[in-house]
Amino acid sequence: MKAVSLENVRFAYPGNEQMRFNFSVGAGERLAIMGASGSGKSTLLHLLAGFETPQSGSIISGNMDMTSVEPAARPVSILFQDNNLFGHLTVSQNIGLGIAPRLKFSKAENQAVEIALTKVGLTGLGKRLPYELSGGERQRAALARALLRDKPVLLLDEPFAALGPAMRVEMLDLVMQLQIEKNLTVIMVTHNPDDAEHFATRIGFVENGQLSATMPADALQQPPKGSALADYLGSKQNKT
Amino acid sequence: MASNLINQNKTALAALGFLALLTGGALLALAVAALQSSSGFTSAFDTYFLRIAGFTLWQAALSTLLSVVPAVFVARALHRHPIFFGRSLVLRLMALPLALPALIAALGLLALFGRAGVAAPFLSWAFDTRWPGIYGLGGIVLAHVFFNMPLATRLFLMALDAVPNDHWRLAAQLGFTPFVRFRLLEWPAIKSTISGVALIVFLLCATSFTLVLTLGGGPQATTIEVAIYQALRFDYAPQRAVAFAIVQLVFALVIAAIASRFVVAEPVRNNDVLRAKLMRPKSLEAMMNITLMAAAAIFIAAPMLAIVARGLEADVSKLVTQPAVISAILTSLTLASLASILCCFLATALLSARSTTITNYALRGGGVLLSVSPIVIGAGWFVALQGVINPLKAAPVLIVAVNAIMALPFVLHMLAPSWAASRARHDRLAASLGVSGFTRFRLVEGIALRGPILAALAFAAALSLGDLGVVALFGSDNLQTLPSLLFARLGSYRSDDAAGLALLLMVLCLGLLRLADLLIDKETRR
Repeated sequence: MKAVSLENVRFAYPGNEQMRFNFSVGAGERLAIMGASGSGKSTLLHLLAGFETPQSGSIISGNMDMTSVEPAARPVSILFQDNNLFGHLTVSQNIGLGIAPRLKFSKAENQAVEIALTKVGLTGLGKRLPYELSGGERQRAALARALLRDKPVLLLDEPFAALGPAMRVEMLDLVMQLQIEKNLTVIMVTHNPDDAEHFATRIGFVENGQLSATMPADALQQPPKGSALADYLGSKQNKT
Repeated sequence: MASNLINQNKTALAALGFLALLTGGALLALAVAALQSSSGFTSAFDTYFLRIAGFTLWQAALSTLLSVVPAVFVARALHRHPIFFGRSLVLRLMALPLALPALIAALGLLALFGRAGVAAPFLSWAFDTRWPGIYGLGGIVLAHVFFNMPLATRLFLMALDAVPNDHWRLAAQLGFTPFVRFRLLEWPAIKSTISGVALIVFLLCATSFTLVLTLGGGPQATTIEVAIYQALRFDYAPQRAVAFAIVQLVFALVIAAIASRFVVAEPVRNNDVLRAKLMRPKSLEAMMNITLMAAAAIFIAAPMLAIVARGLEADVSKLVTQPAVISAILTSLTLASLASILCCFLATALLSARSTTITNYALRGGGVLLSVSPIVIGAGWFVALQGVINPLKAAPVLIVAVNAIMALPFVLHMLAPSWAASRARHDRLAASLGVSGFTRFRLVEGIALRGPILAALAFAAALSLGDLGVVALFGSDNLQTLPSLLFARLGSYRSDDAAGLALLLMVLCLGLLRLADLLIDKETRR
């Protein structure tokens, strides 16, 4: 079953080249999207989240056309590379925003926040402010909020790019574990082929603002000769 | 080591020396005068003093409240609508009061809300009594709001612009209502800067001179600043002037010291085009925002339009043939040019200092300069010169010098960023080639930063051109500038002349501001 599909979606920033997206992701899949800087990877996630509106085409989730649905009403959660938490709110408040935007929590909601904290390994850190956490812990908190929102699609906009290699693997494993547990559909934008290989079941490659097909993750091992993906991977290919 | 520091920073140290002499000399003269007659000093603190001190604080507090609170919501409205036709016009309008002479604003407000103003019939009807005009507390506060509400709005807008776009995206995804958005995002951003902004506005209102002089009504509505001037020029009571000047100075320094502990947001540009798609206010909120922005724009534009309307009624072409007017224009242009050249010379000397410590101190000291009012410095030199020569004879020199240091904090602020960028780029190369001092300025900054320097010159000239403070203290029939001539014509009820002169002065000042804007725009587009 398809979780999300983009059908002939066209979009352009004023004065820039038009982007075209035409592909779908199955429920429970982990798709890694790769591509050079400025190729339109983040824009793709912003279209899915509703921060940008396509000029034409439609974005379908399940049976629902969500092309013109408000961001808050879409079945997606997103994690940015940075700025996922509001600096003046505690970790618990930041997470609680996922279920109670007015920050008035019932007892059950408080419990839900505690459980989410535990799931991402932040037990006991709820009272802290974001600046008192490490970079990895902040992303864990953001992940906890996404869990609490309980949306079937999770969008990751390079949220672990600033972390060290060991921490990145740890975070990816955590996401994978939660993904399997809840049968989430995850779309992750990344620059790092190792991350993609470690995490994804499928990969997509954005070039010149276009993504029209996805391929199995094994393609990273042996990209089709002469393809854009092969050019992008370059040295990595020589290494193996 | 020490001699090296002196040798390599001669010009910058000379500039610092000049600043120290001008301000320090005035303060020393005040201190000596106070010590010479301590009985005269203490007897100045009578019930009259208490009354004007009380009024000074009360009008400043009221002005601050009425400037800052509306500014929060106007800034929020502007931020919620990052793109609409006319937005840049509204923002430019908000910047105009910065260069508009206080005297012109006072006249504009009187033309609208005065006893015979445009709005008087309506106000008489609304309050069911003959509208008494706005002399006194009402007028002073209204004029202070005219100047400071736009300033506060611009500073709050900067704070809101500094919130990362990702946070607005999160707000959209989490489904924040306008109220939640204000509580969790907008208010915290504004809160981080509101104390600093309020203190700056309070300081500006507590030490403003021209507005209180023109709109204040007798002893009921006088501030310490105006009382210093009255003591020197009308009551011949230098002891009282000295006492008041010292109080004013200490008060201003304390406020400035507290204000410096609070941060005012640095300009950060997040992408407006990206944000515009995240900001989709519902129609009710959008309507309220538009009403608010329109009201603010009308409030700022109306007094200036009134000046234009009244000025065009007066016969400006005949006015500019009067010898007194021609002489005032020439005097004003000469003094303002000299002041702006001196100001930019001081600024470039301080910014080019080999030692970055000197530059940093100069930038930080600039804020302190803001709090030392020209009237206080003027009063100091008035007292110092009194025994030696007729203080009025030194007027041109003092007007140029004091106007130059008044504009200095603004000019330093305008030039510092591009100067720092140029230094980061050229310092090593220049050092390796042995290019320094004036040669360096001629070959590098003098060319690369010509745009910003010319803009700073134009801006400083606009500020000096409109100033009434020092010239009121030192001016005489022999030395009339445009503002002092305008003030004199007002005093002798020649309101047609005043209206024509006001238009002339406003066009000159806003023209210079526009020129500065164009020069800066050209630079950023390069």
